[in-house]
Amino acid sequence: MKLLSSEVFFVAAGVGLIAVAVRLLRSTGAEGWTGAMFYGLLGLIFCLGRHLPPEWVGGMVVALVLVLARGRIKPPAPAAEEAEFRRASAARLGHRLLVPALLIPLVVLSAGWLLPRIRGDGWVMVAAKEANQVALGLGCLAGLVAAMKITRAGPRAAVDEGGRLLLTVGWALILPQVLAGLGGIFARAGIGELISQGMGAVLPMQWAWIAVVAYCGGMAMFTLVMGNAFAAFPVMTLGIGLPFIVRQHGGDPAVMSAFGMLSGYCGTLMTPMAANFNLVPALLLELEDRRAVIKAQVPFALALWSFNVLAMGLLVFRQ
Amino acid sequence: MALVGILVMVVGLVLRWNTLLVVVLAGFATGLGAGFSVREILGMVGSLFVENRFMSLPIVLLLPAIGLLERFGLQERAAGLIAGISRATAGRVMWVYQALRQAGSMVGLTIGGHAAMVRPLVAPMAEALAQTGRAPLPRELSHRIRAHAAAAENWGNFFADDILVAIGPVLLMKGVLESAGVSVSVVELGLWGLPTAVMALVLAAWRYRLLDRDIARWRASGPSTESRAREGPIP
Repeated sequence: MKLLSSEVFFVAAGVGLIAVAVRLLRSTGAEGWTGAMFYGLLGLIFCLGRHLPPEWVGGMVVALVLVLARGRIKPPAPAAEEAEFRRASAARLGHRLLVPALLIPLVVLSAGWLLPRIRGDGWVMVAAKEANQVALGLGCLAGLVAAMKITRAGPRAAVDEGGRLLLTVGWALILPQVLAGLGGIFARAGIGELISQGMGAVLPMQWAWIAVVAYCGGMAMFTLVMGNAFAAFPVMTLGIGLPFIVRQHGGDPAVMSAFGMLSGYCGTLMTPMAANFNLVPALLLELEDRRAVIKAQVPFALALWSFNVLAMGLLVFRQ
Repeated sequence: MALVGILVMVVGLVLRWNTLLVVVLAGFATGLGAGFSVREILGMVGSLFVENRFMSLPIVLLLPAIGLLERFGLQERAAGLIAGISRATAGRVMWVYQALRQAGSMVGLTIGGHAAMVRPLVAPMAEALAQTGRAPLPRELSHRIRAHAAAAENWGNFFADDILVAIGPVLLMKGVLESAGVSVSVVELGLWGLPTAVMALVLAAWRYRLLDRDIARWRASGPSTESRAREGPIP
């Protein structure tokens, strides 16, 4: 038996989303309909998702996408008088403002370490694989309580301010989760095997360096499409890495895997499919160009990818 | 036939259609092409959406606290905190953040995040350093600084994974290799990540230096406004 489940925090997040939907409907009337529908439906999925049949949830996700395709979620316009208030408040509250911001990671780290160690006969505090999520939830909760105490703001203000930031992220919030679904479909349809078989058949793998470039390139390219190097790794390693680099040319599998995975990460830096790393931050930082983060990362990613190829080529066949 | 989905995705992204719509269409094209029923496809989308709710948790649960603190001047406070350090520049702040982030993830600690650290602390600090004693940053430069701050988080997050303490990717690699009958040690898999971790810091220093150079160029050209009250970095 586990005493604390991560489901608690998913429900809490769902309730928060529904609260934002209600506030949106109250404050903006008909204009806020798209946002209210979106956050309300999403909140329901967060609360009840575990207990509904998956096809229903899938239908609700498609409905979310259609709601967004028809209307827009408008980020709030910044009010000019707020800047003055923020400056005065920053001077008044001073370093106390930083306390909750630092408390959050502190609680996340210590709870993540401590909670899985609290266990007894037949019961655990948290399941080991949920420990990170529970710790994160507790950290956010502690941060929120501390923030409300220091600023003396009520829960309604917290919903409004959280909602304001949520609106700046907008539709991109659910993109990572929808992409996970696409990844699942790709995996079941065997897309990766098709690609790696095609590459193996076309490229002259009798040259060891060609195999290295093909493997690292495949990791990066497949990650570009999937947005996730973890999905690319099994496909490319079983399809290209092991048969050609290890079996045919006698390469070291540990060296190959390490640099191969890191080549995949270079792909992650360059694709809008890695939405939680590249698109969500662009919206969160209120950048007009949604690809701005990717653009800032491309030269770095290409240079580091080349380094990985070179390092793998030099190190994998040593002995 | 299943490759139709990739075609849909590439065409949609190139033509800049609504990204969510493109992803859903690509999913259906792939699934139908591979012979799944609509019901099966909806089921996969639904169960993976629920399974991956944790991806949105660091945003949804964190934003009320961060939003509240911002309303009461957190970004202004963060900017004021760094302004007194004379050797600090926007690029150096990002480099130090990235180095700390990498040190953390080397031993398996995740401290940071776009919502927890970059928006409330790192980006405002970098922007404040770029414009102290000057007119407010031009929009284009300010957005480039923010984009680099987001990149600092990603670079720090990705390129020192599990070097000393194996948690995520290293265990995945071991699992995949073992499923094919190849045995490797977790320690070795982790340590081979070290050269790239160092290289990531070197290459990042190069990118941040270019950014600092452009900031310096702007500072040399723009008018100085010592007396002018500084604008909030993110409205």
